[in-house]
Amino acid sequence: MKEIVIQVDELTKEFGHFVAVDKITFEVYKSEIFGFLGANGAGKTTAMRMLCGLSVPSSGNATVAGFDVYRQTEQIKKSIGYMSQKFSLYEDLTVAENIHLFGGIYGLTNRQMKEGRDRLVERLGLHNEMKKRVGALPMGWKQKLAFSLAILHRPRVVFLDEPTGGVDPITRRQFWDLIYEATEEGITVFVTTHYMDEAEYCDRISMMVDGKIEALDSPANLKRRFSASSMDEVFFQLARGAKRN
Amino acid sequence: MGGNRMKNNDCQSSLIKCQSVSKSYGDVQALCEVSFQVEEGELYGLIGPDGAGKTTLFRILTTLMLPDSGSAEVAGLDSISDYRDIRNRIGYMPGKFSLYQDLSVEENLNFFATLFGTSLHENYDLIRDIYVQIEPFKTRRAGNLSGGMKQKLALCCALIHRPSVLFLDEPTTGVDAVSRREFWGMLKNLKREGITILVSTPYMDEATLCDRIALIQSGKILSIDTPRRIIDKYAGTLYAVKAENVGRWARDIRKKKDIKSCFAFGESLHVSFAQSTGTAPDHLRDWLLAKGYNDVEVKPVAPNIEDCFIQLMEDRGWRLEVGDRRLKTGD
Repeated sequence: MKEIVIQVDELTKEFGHFVAVDKITFEVYKSEIFGFLGANGAGKTTAMRMLCGLSVPSSGNATVAGFDVYRQTEQIKKSIGYMSQKFSLYEDLTVAENIHLFGGIYGLTNRQMKEGRDRLVERLGLHNEMKKRVGALPMGWKQKLAFSLAILHRPRVVFLDEPTGGVDPITRRQFWDLIYEATEEGITVFVTTHYMDEAEYCDRISMMVDGKIEALDSPANLKRRFSASSMDEVFFQLARGAKRN
Repeated sequence: MGGNRMKNNDCQSSLIKCQSVSKSYGDVQALCEVSFQVEEGELYGLIGPDGAGKTTLFRILTTLMLPDSGSAEVAGLDSISDYRDIRNRIGYMPGKFSLYQDLSVEENLNFFATLFGTSLHENYDLIRDIYVQIEPFKTRRAGNLSGGMKQKLALCCALIHRPSVLFLDEPTTGVDAVSRREFWGMLKNLKREGITILVSTPYMDEATLCDRIALIQSGKILSIDTPRRIIDKYAGTLYAVKAENVGRWARDIRKKKDIKSCFAFGESLHVSFAQSTGTAPDHLRDWLLAKGYNDVEVKPVAPNIEDCFIQLMEDRGWRLEVGDRRLKTGD
């Protein structure tokens, strides 16, 4: 029996008359890489905000790491990590300071902080960069550091909102190596992307169109179902009918 | 017409000419001796990741910034001495949405038309196909448009004075795959209208939609050619490896001695071998089978632009392993 880490049942968010997220239902399992795809304006960000405890749903139910999205948002925030392309690190702080800040925010003990820092520095090979301002690091390093900080407190789930946008092709793949490693440690990954090749790296994919989940399956099954040779083609078939964009 | 002009480097028809342009911000060198030319009627792509220097290059070519050294010409005019004339002849769509959020769709268009001493009617045929898609919302404030509609409005505003050269800085970044296709369709139509287009993108798959491309990384141009010829220049044979969950195996495969490089590409891995002896692919297949995989497939595959970009990066000393000290020597 697979352990459920995110459970979503008819979750809905309305802004006035506009139904941004329309009764979405799905489950995400432990250590899974769950791809959350959809056209612009499909409602992905709104759905993600509800799951991160940042926005109160209009109706429906959801739990993240066992916590309720209405009543236990603070517990949710402690159990998750979050990273987006737009915001991730404090550029004016050094690498060491960023690690300390993130560790402090998540309330790590001194020992946990040290362990987390050592593991991160070793993995990314940042020994000589600890005193450098993050702003001065190469772009690819920043993304990898941002991801490592998002999982510094060993969250149950990490939410990645277009984590690889604009990243060079080698770094983009290194980034996925880090994602795989995180799942091997039992972390569940919830990720959005506009790169359709990255959709292939997910265990399962959900496709949102106009607030609803129109398809949810493994990449291989989706391609079979839509007689498509690539995820790009699956996406195109599903999303071209979208009214909102 | 474009075909012949593209081949010979006839200076007369170059609408953009960039010669040894360099630009630094403090210690950071954004552009290093960048040279390229865009011929009349070309759809030219500047392909590279964030931080490659694309936006700096656009700002220099659109006369918004001075290069530290080197020279740039647009439509035969010098980017420094003739900057006013250049501004009248070009359309520029910056990467960040820069229209007036508090003005309506219609007001934004009229504003830009007035700035260039023209009207919405005068060049209506050029923007009609794009404008009709946002016309139903013409009284809506630009700030309240969806991402896709903002993009269309920005393109209309950049075209309102029928520029001879159009500069589009990452128009498709953060845009979903369907809207991206649609946008490239619009660019094709504009090219047919005779407008020369320089467009930048971090999405390597869009490279093949351009007549010619310049691959750029860390302020340096890695290669310039037609997409076809860049692919033809790929050195060695590339293999696609297919097996269930093969992406998770990339790290292990990479550690094998006979592997030169190994990268995930969607449902398969693209692998090149250190020595192209005929048996290497068979060995890899046997190795994977021994790991318990069924249905393992290893066969030659045609490289794409992203493979070429990776190879060019590797040639310049980039290494794959995270934490490898050499990774930093991007130049």
